[in-house]
Amino acid sequence: MIVEIGHYALVLALALAIVQALVPLYGAIRGDGPLMAVAQPAAVVQFLLVALSFVALTHAHVVSDFSVVNVFENSHSLKPLIYKFSGVWGNHEGSMLLWVLILALFGATVALFSRGMPDDLRALVLAVQSWVSAAFLLFVLLTSNPFARLDPAPLEGRDLNPLLQDPGLAIHPPLLYIGYVGFSITFSFAAAALISGRIDAAWARYIRPWTLGAWIFLTLGIAMGSYWAYYTLGWGGFWFWDPVENASLMPWLAGTALLHSAAVMEKRDALKIWTIFLAILAFSLSLLGTFLVRSGVLTSVHSFASDPQRGVFILGILVFFIGGSLALFAFRATALKPGGIFAPVSREGALVFNNLLLTTSCATVFIGTLYPLALEAVTGEKISVGAPFFNLTFGPLFIPIILAMPFGQMLAWKRGDLLGAAQRLVLAVAIGVAGMIVLEALRGGPVMPAILAGLALYLMVGSFVEIYGRLRGARTIGNMVSRALGLPRSAWGTALAHAGVGITLFGLAATGWGVERIVTVKPGEPVAVGPYEVVVRELAPRDGSNFKELVAHTEIREGGRVIAEMDPSRRSFTTRTMVRTEAGIVTLGAGGQIYMNIADVRVDGAIDLRLYWKPYVALIWLGCLIMSLGGLLSLSDRRLRIGVAQRASVRPQAAPAE
Amino acid sequence: MRFVLALCLALLPSLSLAVQPDEILPDARQESRAREISAELRCLVCQNQSIDDSDAGLARDLRLLVRERIKAGDNDTQVRDYLVQRYGDFILLKPPFKSETLLLWLTPFGVLLAGGAALFAMSRRRRRESAVEASLSDTDEARLKALLEREGR
Repeated sequence: MIVEIGHYALVLALALAIVQALVPLYGAIRGDGPLMAVAQPAAVVQFLLVALSFVALTHAHVVSDFSVVNVFENSHSLKPLIYKFSGVWGNHEGSMLLWVLILALFGATVALFSRGMPDDLRALVLAVQSWVSAAFLLFVLLTSNPFARLDPAPLEGRDLNPLLQDPGLAIHPPLLYIGYVGFSITFSFAAAALISGRIDAAWARYIRPWTLGAWIFLTLGIAMGSYWAYYTLGWGGFWFWDPVENASLMPWLAGTALLHSAAVMEKRDALKIWTIFLAILAFSLSLLGTFLVRSGVLTSVHSFASDPQRGVFILGILVFFIGGSLALFAFRATALKPGGIFAPVSREGALVFNNLLLTTSCATVFIGTLYPLALEAVTGEKISVGAPFFNLTFGPLFIPIILAMPFGQMLAWKRGDLLGAAQRLVLAVAIGVAGMIVLEALRGGPVMPAILAGLALYLMVGSFVEIYGRLRGARTIGNMVSRALGLPRSAWGTALAHAGVGITLFGLAATGWGVERIVTVKPGEPVAVGPYEVVVRELAPRDGSNFKELVAHTEIREGGRVIAEMDPSRRSFTTRTMVRTEAGIVTLGAGGQIYMNIADVRVDGAIDLRLYWKPYVALIWLGCLIMSLGGLLSLSDRRLRIGVAQRASVRPQAAPAE
Repeated sequence: MRFVLALCLALLPSLSLAVQPDEILPDARQESRAREISAELRCLVCQNQSIDDSDAGLARDLRLLVRERIKAGDNDTQVRDYLVQRYGDFILLKPPFKSETLLLWLTPFGVLLAGGAALFAMSRRRRRESAVEASLSDTDEARLKALLEREGR
């Protein structure tokens, strides 16, 4: 019964979404207040209905109701409770429902926290948002119904794919989806601006918290996904330039560009058309990512063609929204007059430079991801585009971005002083170069890691030079602290986020200094790896709820002293007769990690080990956390707080920019 | 008992990870060449994984094949050519530069150049026009500035 209620709630949500897509739109065009006012309650109720449906599906998973196909195929009565929850979105149907849930959540949030916004803008935003959710609700109901029943109900489920039985699944998809779907709001704002033909600095201010929020979650989601891959795949790789990863990187790149161009628009009323375009682009790429991941087109162009229903449906959604918004853009963008003037060397100029490089790198990822698919579809020829291609193209594009980042912070709006900025960055450059030389002298080997690490140091220091300049005049420590606290939080946010990029880059550079040992050992036999020694004490069996495992109790020694222990294991899952290895990971020193995996256990008790010392590797993800923290600080800046927009709107209706 | 479990695990449909100890060549220089070559070869049955990273049985066969060719005295290009002859360009993670992949290789630089050129042209046009019109009226601009300053402290 609960399952049917969930299904019915979803149908109701679709009906309501259609109302919300049409009525406020008509109201906004006619200037009819009551019709526009339909949008807010509709958005809230739509969210509640989708939430009800999600709760119903979760309930079915938690109580192991195997009469539901989705539960039968992806759950097992003995599965640990946390995976009964996360298993809800560990499959196609459930993850699409989560997608729609987050979409509706964003709509409801706009409805509830937009009191200062002009009525027609809000009505249009919510209407466009509802077009998107109607399309996806229809998709779920017609092609991916999570509530389908089985009769007779099986006694036991097939269990969730063991690779997904991991806390990573509980965290990664929701974070990523909030990021992806968060860009739907900026998209709706862009479409609303194009429909109404009105766009100004206030508009840029409305979208900034949403863009920032989506960006923060996307950053966290990508980082989490990469760490998950790192610790499950068994040899410590964390980024493969796989189409699925690229699908999340593209909206991130476009979103980062959007964040920066919206800042220009907010402060200087410039780059309007470009900002609108990026807002459309970021969400279009999110839709593309959903298509790539959900249609099965990646596994093979042919498997897509043989079972095309879902893929074609999402492709239809994709074409409708991207095509529709771009057509709208083409018709209306010319009506938007460009605003503030700036010299090429200026804060605006630096942000334009950033945008050019970010969009080019985004285009690179795009072509690298889709080219093999397109080529195979057109000529039947199969090629691969992998890490070496992206390292050769994406890598060089990112280096100028990193060099320019501290400069961008330093240049004044309108007209900047490049030489002055360079002079103030002398210290950062010096530290970077010195770091490069010292690291190369200490580590030896190929020079690339040291060069990148030096670049990273330059960026970490350079990110704070601007803030240091503002504090330098203070005479006492107390004075300095109070000045530091008085700076806008967005200034701190920028510095922190940029430094985070530097930290991640340092971690990436340090992968070049890693040590790998692939050996066969008997328990008790020590293996040297980097500055440490690793000894497997003994192998012991252990029972989990739905698996059995063989654990290697292992010690890490430094100078003969035991400094840490770890328990890597091999798990065998009974229901799906699958073996999965659990890596042993210990963080030592400045983010370095010992990483160990049992590749095989031989009949005579010898163990095939893959053992790594990865100096500074944790900095890769720590840097991402710091980037998000920077975003969060910016988000908490009082200019962006909800309600401030309300005060700003006290002024007469924002004038059309002309 | 423990031994029996170890045996069971060892005999299960095995997921043996990437490079295994018995594959490694005794000559360290040959081995490091093998690693470098395998990092750029695709495991044909995986999604975008190199044979160096992959757990699949086929990847192991290919790794052994690469090492065999190296031991036989092939240089790096010869090893790659040998594999391309048998499996086609699909096995190269870095697609070769030829007519079918022209667009792929040129897009990054093309976009950068086109974008740069467009920006240059636009900034020249804007500067010519800027003498003629101001974007916001002076009063609007002053009001906006006052608002920004009041809130942006």
